Amino acid sequence: MTTLSIANLHASVGGKRILNGIDLAVSSGQVHAVMGPNGAGKSTLSAVVMGQPGYTVIDGTVRLDDLDLLSMPTWQRAQAGLHLVMQYPTEVPGVAVADVLKEAFLARGRSTLDVEELMSKEAARINFGEQFLTRSVNVDLSGGEKKRNETLQLAILQPKIAILDELDSGLDIDALRDCSRRVEEATNEDGLGVLVITHYSRLLKELKPDVVHILVKGRIVETGGPELVEVLERDGYAAFERDQPEESSSTLDDLFGMPHNEN
Amino acid sequence: MPSLTSDDVRSLQMADADERLSAFDRFAAAPLPTPQQEIWRYSRIGELQLDSYRYGTLSTTITGAESVLVDDATIDAESELDLFAELNRAFMAPIHIRVPRGNVLEQPIVITHTLRADGTACFPRLVIDAEADSEVTVIELFVSDESVTGIIMPVLQVRAQQAARVKYLSVNELGSKVWQIANQQAVGDRDSNTLLSTVALGGDYARVRTHARLVGQGGSTRQVALYFADGTQTHDFRTTQEHIAPKTTSDLLFKGAVNDQARSVYTGLIKIGPNARGAQAFQTNRNLTLSDGAWAESVPNLEIETNDVKCSHASTVGPIDEEQRFYLESRGIQPDIAERLVVLGFFDEVLGQLPVGSHAPELRERISAKLHQAVVPV
Repeated sequence: MTTLSIANLHASVGGKRILNGIDLAVSSGQVHAVMGPNGAGKSTLSAVVMGQPGYTVIDGTVRLDDLDLLSMPTWQRAQAGLHLVMQYPTEVPGVAVADVLKEAFLARGRSTLDVEELMSKEAARINFGEQFLTRSVNVDLSGGEKKRNETLQLAILQPKIAILDELDSGLDIDALRDCSRRVEEATNEDGLGVLVITHYSRLLKELKPDVVHILVKGRIVETGGPELVEVLERDGYAAFERDQPEESSSTLDDLFGMPHNEN
Repeated sequence: MPSLTSDDVRSLQMADADERLSAFDRFAAAPLPTPQQEIWRYSRIGELQLDSYRYGTLSTTITGAESVLVDDATIDAESELDLFAELNRAFMAPIHIRVPRGNVLEQPIVITHTLRADGTACFPRLVIDAEADSEVTVIELFVSDESVTGIIMPVLQVRAQQAARVKYLSVNELGSKVWQIANQQAVGDRDSNTLLSTVALGGDYARVRTHARLVGQGGSTRQVALYFADGTQTHDFRTTQEHIAPKTTSDLLFKGAVNDQARSVYTGLIKIGPNARGAQAFQTNRNLTLSDGAWAESVPNLEIETNDVKCSHASTVGPIDEEQRFYLESRGIQPDIAERLVVLGFFDEVLGQLPVGSHAPELRERISAKLHQAVVPV
């Protein structure tokens, strides 16, 4: 049993505060959805948790069980069992997927002998053409192929907790189904814990969340069960946004004297 | 007292001694170039102590050329590219390959030059004559032990006659105390196809100047290079793609990386003459700077004297893409290995175009090894 715990996470990009105190915890086998409108801080959340350069953590903690992830470089977070599926998977020219997976295995002290076999098996499971396996990572792949490629890596690396940043963006319905089913199976078969970040509800029809969080202006404003998705379907984000202060880092906080730890 | 003298030329007792001596005189009469001259700008020519070397020869082995080696080398009467090519003309040890009309050599000819004698100046010259509709691949390797000092001034002359196909690769795996000043000339006749490729990993200051001329309609040249300098190495490339005849095509892709305090220079000229209607010329130079102390210069130039041409050039100098590095690290790969993967990936495009057949993985491994020793774990 593994738990990713995010507590009181404040972060900024280029001096602009984006996250204003995030609290959530995802454990093995669970699917948590973070939903929010554009600009709510969804991608910042995934970037900060994975340690992408360019983001500043102002306050808070991110732990994987008793490991303090924020003090670790990205590659150590990954080795500890965290995995990020990026919204726009990076193209790495001249580097084949097999090379990435082999180095990732070596870095974990695992034999690379079965990498190719695993790739064939996993590619078949998500209808990812074998011809893509020898290509450079994400180069000349369609949106759907890129996400299949990312899902293939996730399935082979078998992390403990995966963050899926807008897995559904740019995805046709077949690819969406193939990818989300594979993730769902990993939660059942391997106890994968999932934090799925999305703007739209269609992904959550395939990948059933246990818990849904609504993220608005860098704060989780509502947490509930899958029924929250239906509320969103009906009313949109407007109802949640109305309740929020215009400038989340000032006004109300100042009025009520809430403490800010600006280190 | 200069250590390379006309007496050295005479003592070679070659049949073409007169021509060699006049080449030596042309060399001796002219001052050595300086970095103030455009073609030597950014070079380390000012550091050259020619007097510190004595005449010597390389240990050379040749495989796969039995049927096409000839010993009546005719050297182009036209002028050599620079003074060092003149010096080569005086002291040269020529290898002449002539592929008869219509002959196709299936296997590559491999020439390996090893610099063994410390402190020597060596002058290999390779002449490739590909007669009409013939096909040949030649790989020329330059190697030395890490401890050896010396200077090599190689000259390459490629003449591709009508519809001939020539592929040439030079691999520089010289030790880091050896200088190289190389000159390459290629002339392509009607519908000929010439590939000039270079892999440069070694040398202290290693320069290659290449002049590819398309003199027959429909001829084409392709030039590719992969270079990787570390420590205090300097790699220096000067290229000219000259289009004289109509409907000729030239394409160039040079990719380099510099690490530590290393430097690299690329200057390229596309020259399209008044009669080269319908010519197409492309030139791309990309450089990775892997450390703050490393430095790469890239200078593209165009000189076009006719309309109705298609030309493009692109050049970049910069560090490794942060997003690519982050992507690989997010898979649990350590930073030094992520960097090695990105650099190998950067070179992959060139590796795929080298005429090395099944030896590509070995070459990739040698680059990887050089990266491995260079990258200090973070």
